Amino acid sequence: MNSFLKLIFQLFFVLIFSNPLNASESNNLEKVLNNNFELIIKSSSRTIEPVIEDLLSTKSPNLEEFLKSWKNKQLYYVKKSKLISILKQKNSDGYELLQFSNKTSLGFFKKKEIKVIKPNSGVRSKISNALIGFQLLNDDPNVRSKSLETLTRKFNSKYLIPLKNALEKENNPDLKKRMSELLVFGTIKYSQNEDEKISSLNSLRGNMSIEARGTIASLLESKLYVSNKMPDLPNLARNIIPGNSYKNADGSNNKPFFYFNKKPEISRSEAIDLLIKNNFLKDYITPSRRDEILKQNISNSHIEGIPVKHLNSSEERNNAYNLLVKLGKAIPLKSDKEIDDLIKRHFFYAVYKEKSPKVINTAKLVFNDINHKVNFYEYLDLILDGLSLASIYFLGAIGLAITFGVMRVINMAHGEFIMIGAYTGYVVQLFIPNHTISLLVAFPLAFLVTFLGGVAMERLVIRHLYRNPLDTLLATFGISIALQQIAKNIFGTQARPLTSPEWLDGALVVNDVLSISLIRIAIFVLGIIFLVLLLLVMNKTRLGLETKAVTQNPMMASSMGINPDRINMLTFGFGSGIAGIAGVAIGLFSKVTSELGADYIVQSFMTVVVGGVGNIWGTLAGATMIGMLQKFIEWFNPSNTLAAQTYMIIFIILFIQFRPKGIMALKGRAAED
Amino acid sequence: MNKDFLSHIDKRNSFFWVSSIVILFTLIIILLSEAYGLNLVSTSFTKVLGKTLCLCIVALAMDLVWGYCGILSLGHFAFFGLGGYMIGMWLMFERTKNIVVESTQNNVLPLTETEISEAVGTQIFGVVGGAEIPLIWSFADSLLIHIVLILLVPGVLAYIFGWLAFRSRVTGVYLSILTQAMTLALSLYLFQNDSGLRGNNGLSGLQNIPNLDDFSQAELSIWFLILSALTLIFTYYICNLIVNSKLGNIITGLRDNETRVRFLGYKVESYKLFIFVITAIISGVAGALYYPQAGIINPAELAPIASIYLAVWVAIGGRGYLYGALIGAAFVSLASSYFTGGQIPNINFGIFTLKWVDWWVVILGLSFVITTLYAPKGIGGLIERIFRRS
Repeated sequence: MNSFLKLIFQLFFVLIFSNPLNASESNNLEKVLNNNFELIIKSSSRTIEPVIEDLLSTKSPNLEEFLKSWKNKQLYYVKKSKLISILKQKNSDGYELLQFSNKTSLGFFKKKEIKVIKPNSGVRSKISNALIGFQLLNDDPNVRSKSLETLTRKFNSKYLIPLKNALEKENNPDLKKRMSELLVFGTIKYSQNEDEKISSLNSLRGNMSIEARGTIASLLESKLYVSNKMPDLPNLARNIIPGNSYKNADGSNNKPFFYFNKKPEISRSEAIDLLIKNNFLKDYITPSRRDEILKQNISNSHIEGIPVKHLNSSEERNNAYNLLVKLGKAIPLKSDKEIDDLIKRHFFYAVYKEKSPKVINTAKLVFNDINHKVNFYEYLDLILDGLSLASIYFLGAIGLAITFGVMRVINMAHGEFIMIGAYTGYVVQLFIPNHTISLLVAFPLAFLVTFLGGVAMERLVIRHLYRNPLDTLLATFGISIALQQIAKNIFGTQARPLTSPEWLDGALVVNDVLSISLIRIAIFVLGIIFLVLLLLVMNKTRLGLETKAVTQNPMMASSMGINPDRINMLTFGFGSGIAGIAGVAIGLFSKVTSELGADYIVQSFMTVVVGGVGNIWGTLAGATMIGMLQKFIEWFNPSNTLAAQTYMIIFIILFIQFRPKGIMALKGRAAED
Repeated sequence: MNKDFLSHIDKRNSFFWVSSIVILFTLIIILLSEAYGLNLVSTSFTKVLGKTLCLCIVALAMDLVWGYCGILSLGHFAFFGLGGYMIGMWLMFERTKNIVVESTQNNVLPLTETEISEAVGTQIFGVVGGAEIPLIWSFADSLLIHIVLILLVPGVLAYIFGWLAFRSRVTGVYLSILTQAMTLALSLYLFQNDSGLRGNNGLSGLQNIPNLDDFSQAELSIWFLILSALTLIFTYYICNLIVNSKLGNIITGLRDNETRVRFLGYKVESYKLFIFVITAIISGVAGALYYPQAGIINPAELAPIASIYLAVWVAIGGRGYLYGALIGAAFVSLASSYFTGGQIPNINFGIFTLKWVDWWVVILGLSFVITTLYAPKGIGGLIERIFRRS
């Protein structure tokens, strides 16, 4: 009785307040809901798609709310009346439900009489897809941004129109940009309209982002076909000769300039597979099939009188098989010539997935245009990479440029001074947690430590061996392995971190292709600072002058009042100290281990020798040449940096044959050893 | 350097002494061995001794090229490794092939040549993600060709490198750096997976000699010891012959003053090249004997540091004394494996415990510095002084 009165009351309200237009739309929704009632309450992701389509086509204003509450499991249905409704309140009387479409109360129900609609996760994701269109129009920019993100992940042709509508109404410039970008990619991928596609493609001209390149490349995807007739298609990509034709990135035929490391698009055996798949080649007996048939015909370890033992070569097996053929027990083999003829008689070709030739041509044009630009920046990147490697080699070799280059002392322990510098940096960081300050402390400290080490080494060992460079090599090697082992004993074998300050973490991003990490720039700058510093010391100070005098003629120098002992000691200490500073810098980007120095020592000597001994500019030239060349060789075969280093060293060995004194050879009396 | 210190030793006699000692030593080991004697010397130690003899051979080569000819080559261990790779290829291929053939004996159809090579390829190159047998393994089934290659590959590499280097008169420290670079290039090359020699996995299982399955490892170790000893004696004989010939005088002169020898009308480059190539071949042979006893070879063995250690042995033993090289190599390599083997107890100083495993290399390095500074003639020099006094 109570519920009946309520119903009348509600009907009265509905009649008074509901908008007739709204009512008709609600009815539309209602109708769809009623028609698809069973599908909605027992939904599965396979059957729900058409229902959602129908719901969307009603364009009802309540649709968004409906979808949302459906997704969030807030919808109920009354078991008896099959009405889809929403919960208003829950109290001692039971559950009060509102009919969804017109928000009229259906009264109170017991828990048994109603049931919540629980869409499974597959259905929920379909619903949320449907919701995206609404969310793009949401008032909250955060919601819009979020739904745009989802849309980017799972865009398809259905969203083109909602996205276009949303773009028109969007006023946030950032979102607008993202939407139009997505619209361009979406149009290229899914639109059916040729002009729209072409204008979208043209708008991507020069856009080097990965998405743009990927979108255009997907448009230029092609599929392989084989036929016995000459193909006559407007969207033909290329004709293929098995084993002898190559593919361009834009899908057209390629005649490579050099065939190094290049594989033909399809090989003979792939061509055979294609022919079999398309029924142009029937009854083809592969070797494994042949062996199978032979095995089936073994009786008493003989095949038609041939002992199985003899079948240990391909010819013997073929002979036995042909015997079976003669006896009618197998179908004949096909000779290689037959197969080759068959391949020659058929046409292999690739066809673009895109139908319209106009679109394809525009896509090719834009694609190649972008690729040219990308190539340019990749070359630039290669050069910058080479430069930064060169500056690392320069840092490693700069100390040697003094001790080996100027003093002609071959110091195999030079690498260990680099290592000591790096460990000094690490120890300083243990005490000073601020990375910037610790770095500022580490540089002079590393210089000091290695300077003292160098001076000690010069006094104790090298001084006695100036007459005999080969003995110096051996003695300093002894020091080198001892120092390495000591470092291992103190710091262990695992790599120690030398962390760079945060302001060096980022990268200078020029565009999508080119970005340079700041630490590389810092090392480049450091290399230049070192160069300038060294040139100043060697050319403008008394120490530099005296060093040169002592190395050129110690007797004469000492008769001019220079103490060669003191100068040798200081110069050697200076060279070692610079190695220490270089060690801090090198430690910032590579692992600090006891082998850090040993990894650089051979390259460093090479750098000095290639550049020309006794000349700091030479060391710079050597480092630049070695760094650039190594990156260039790596570029030829990017998967294999080891091979690059190998070829690099072979190149250096050959280079020294032709310029034994290095790039910048000393001339005159100083050149005589 | 004292230019005529070599002329003081009676070099002809040294061959008699060295060969007697080596033969005596080998006989004693056989008597004490596990396989043929009193079972007092274990198989693994016999292998260590056999390997040490091989290191002595390569040290002889190093002494010839450095101590007598004055070329401090930091690349002779690379030739040693190449010799090892050459024999290793045959050992590994043949053994894998035998295993493949054996395991497929029960197949219905006997394998064809291509099927065998495919199976062997998968077995050997599976670790580096390949199945095809690279071109350089074309002759891997022929022991004879590979024995020739043991001589040929190091020899040709040394010839090319030496021809280039000596032609442009790269000498002294530069030459050392260049040889070191060559070694580095070679080991880096071998480290790649597509070098065709199994990258950093190297070649393994070399201790199993194909077609000699009846012999136990104990017996094989003795035969390898004998083979190594005989090769050592033969090499010593050759080196002694070279050193005491007119050629020996020329190369010693070359070491002491290259320009003067050139002015006397000798083709300095050819002499150097000859010594460089012959010592490279000797190193290759030594390596071919060493690695079947070691059982495994990988590119790390060819790293530049190994060649420097070789120079260390010769320097400690005494440059310019053939027997010095032997003593140096045997003494340092045995001592190294003894001290780093962990058998020797640590010394406790109270606050600080000296772990030999950790500190041996430090001591070795420093003793090396001391040798260079205070005893440039090494152990050989000491022996000579003792004999000359008496």
